[in-house]
Amino acid sequence: MSWMLFPDNTALSALVLFLIALPFLYAARMPVHEALMGLARAVAGSFRLAARWLSRSADALRARNKTVLLAHAREEAGAAIEREFERVMQLVTRDLSGYPALQRKLLDEITRVEEDYQRCNEVPPPPPNWTKAVETIAKIKDGGDGLVVKILEDIANSVDDIYGKIVTEYRRSYEERHKILKGFMPFWRSLQQTLTRVDRNINGLSDSAARIDALMEKYREIQAGSERMEQTLTSSAATQFVIAATVMLVALGGAFVNFWLIARPMSAMVGGGEYIAGGLEASHIAALVIILVEATMGLFLMEALGITHLFPRVQNMPERLRRRLLWVSFTILLILAGVEVALAVMREQIIAADMAFKQGLGGAATTPPAEIGWVASIPVAGQMILGFILPFALAFVAIPLEYFIFSGRTVLGALFVSLLRGMAFALRIGANIAKHLVVIVAKLYDAVVFLPVLIEHWVRGRGTGAPRAAGGAVGKRAVFDREQGS
Amino acid sequence: MRRLLVAFACAAALVGGGCADQGSHAQAVYLLVDTSGTYAKELPRAERVINYLLGTLNPGDSFAVARVKSRSFSEKDIVAKATFTKDPLAANQQKRVFKEQVAKLRQKAKGGSAYTDITGGVLQGAEFLNETGAGRKTILIFSDMQEELDKQVKRDVPLNLVGIRVVALNVTKLSTDNIDPRRYGGRLDAWEKRVREAGASEWRVVNDLEHLERIFRN
Repeated sequence: MSWMLFPDNTALSALVLFLIALPFLYAARMPVHEALMGLARAVAGSFRLAARWLSRSADALRARNKTVLLAHAREEAGAAIEREFERVMQLVTRDLSGYPALQRKLLDEITRVEEDYQRCNEVPPPPPNWTKAVETIAKIKDGGDGLVVKILEDIANSVDDIYGKIVTEYRRSYEERHKILKGFMPFWRSLQQTLTRVDRNINGLSDSAARIDALMEKYREIQAGSERMEQTLTSSAATQFVIAATVMLVALGGAFVNFWLIARPMSAMVGGGEYIAGGLEASHIAALVIILVEATMGLFLMEALGITHLFPRVQNMPERLRRRLLWVSFTILLILAGVEVALAVMREQIIAADMAFKQGLGGAATTPPAEIGWVASIPVAGQMILGFILPFALAFVAIPLEYFIFSGRTVLGALFVSLLRGMAFALRIGANIAKHLVVIVAKLYDAVVFLPVLIEHWVRGRGTGAPRAAGGAVGKRAVFDREQGS
Repeated sequence: MRRLLVAFACAAALVGGGCADQGSHAQAVYLLVDTSGTYAKELPRAERVINYLLGTLNPGDSFAVARVKSRSFSEKDIVAKATFTKDPLAANQQKRVFKEQVAKLRQKAKGGSAYTDITGGVLQGAEFLNETGAGRKTILIFSDMQEELDKQVKRDVPLNLVGIRVVALNVTKLSTDNIDPRRYGGRLDAWEKRVREAGASEWRVVNDLEHLERIFRN
């Protein structure tokens, strides 16, 4: 059955149907408006409720993130302060505990230098009593008397002799003093070194004190849980996260190289053509397991060394047990590295045999390779070295892994908070859109039934003498706005 | 890299709870070489196929080469067969021996036979392949697909090729095919119908031996 009243005229049929429906549409105007308002109220209310819940969840999550972040930062700062104090303690016990001895040595050296200095003083020449005699003799006039001349000549000779002796004695005395002064040198040097050491220790102490001051300040701020500190720590965690992720990617590249290095020869150990799951060869799985075991052993090694702190139980182990764990993990790592070296040799053999066979299949005469000596063994040696080094290099992944985990918690937490807030914001926008959309729909409905509405207004206007405020959607909107509190 | 990640996931699962693959991934190939009549001159091409297969088959795979010559196909017609060990070096050695055995095929093939019992060869091949327990089973027929049977031999027995892929290689045209090309197509269609009715997973014709990798392309 067709809806068209006039089969040949669609427009006319639609118009007639519309005119028939118009009174019904007008009659249903108020219930439709109310239904729309109810729907909008339900949608907007739900959206607002969900937005509020998301905001609260985001706040709670942020508070929890902050607690974790501050706790971790407090722990880190505490450990750093402890480390600085240890350094100071070490400095004090190692260097400054010997300070009294150092001081005594310093005083002894100074005393000795002083004594030597005293000994170096210039000895004054004996009082020149003879000068008076010389003066008296000088006043004697020879008067051509031969005896006097003789006496004077003797005196002159004696004086010359004595003068010569005195000069010699004077020079000897200076020589001795120079020797003493020369003997000063090691003491001066020692003195200078001792003073430099003391100066260095004092400077080291003062640097440590400055670092401790800065750390204490940071610790106080962490303790206070200020907004600024939270932002600083989050930003620092983001940086650490990126760095750790980059380093781990590099390590993943190393693991990839290691994997292909041992995957093929593994088929000689666990059997080629054996499959475990999903078309994966058993040799590949075995190679991967070896790499994972190496990484795990590296993790335990770092943990036992106290470099990482991923396992609290390892940290709480007695020192003796921890040292045992260290040696066990190191030994396993060493054995696995040895296995990889052997596999590297095996790999080369398999490849060589395979190549020789394929050359034979191709019909090419198998000519012996040209003599290239030790150069031919470079690839094998390279593979062996790689096989030995990579397991140990992988052991260091534990350090970025620790940072990745700790900083990841903060970064992902912050991202999740942002996501929750974004969702809450979107829901609020959705609530507003729903609220306004319903008004638009109500207006459109009124536009459809505008003719009866106009008549109604006209009739009511005549009855009261004043035009009535538009009812329906507009009036309802005010009520709705009041209800939604916007 | 993707394989590494999958392997990583599987290794984790293996450590956690174990994941063993029940289905076999090994491959078994049975190559029937027609050495009858004028087709015997195509033997060097067959050797190329054998060499290709020896180069591509992995440890754990099975391979057999048989000639379709006798009046009634029997075990004697199998030139070489082997299931390669899991050790790659030992498997390499096995392949060498296999190649040496196949080299005798040319000597044996001197003087073409009047009979071509392809059906008998396929029956034996299916038996061999099912015995290997391999996951992927393939019968390669290096022939013009023209069966010449003795009157006494009955080959209207039903074939069982369930789970086996059949590939016809180097199907050359006979002089009668040149006269009436419909015969060539009809012959291949008849084989395809027969093979599919026997439950073969796939029927394929590969005449371009420059691209042998097409044999195993999925």
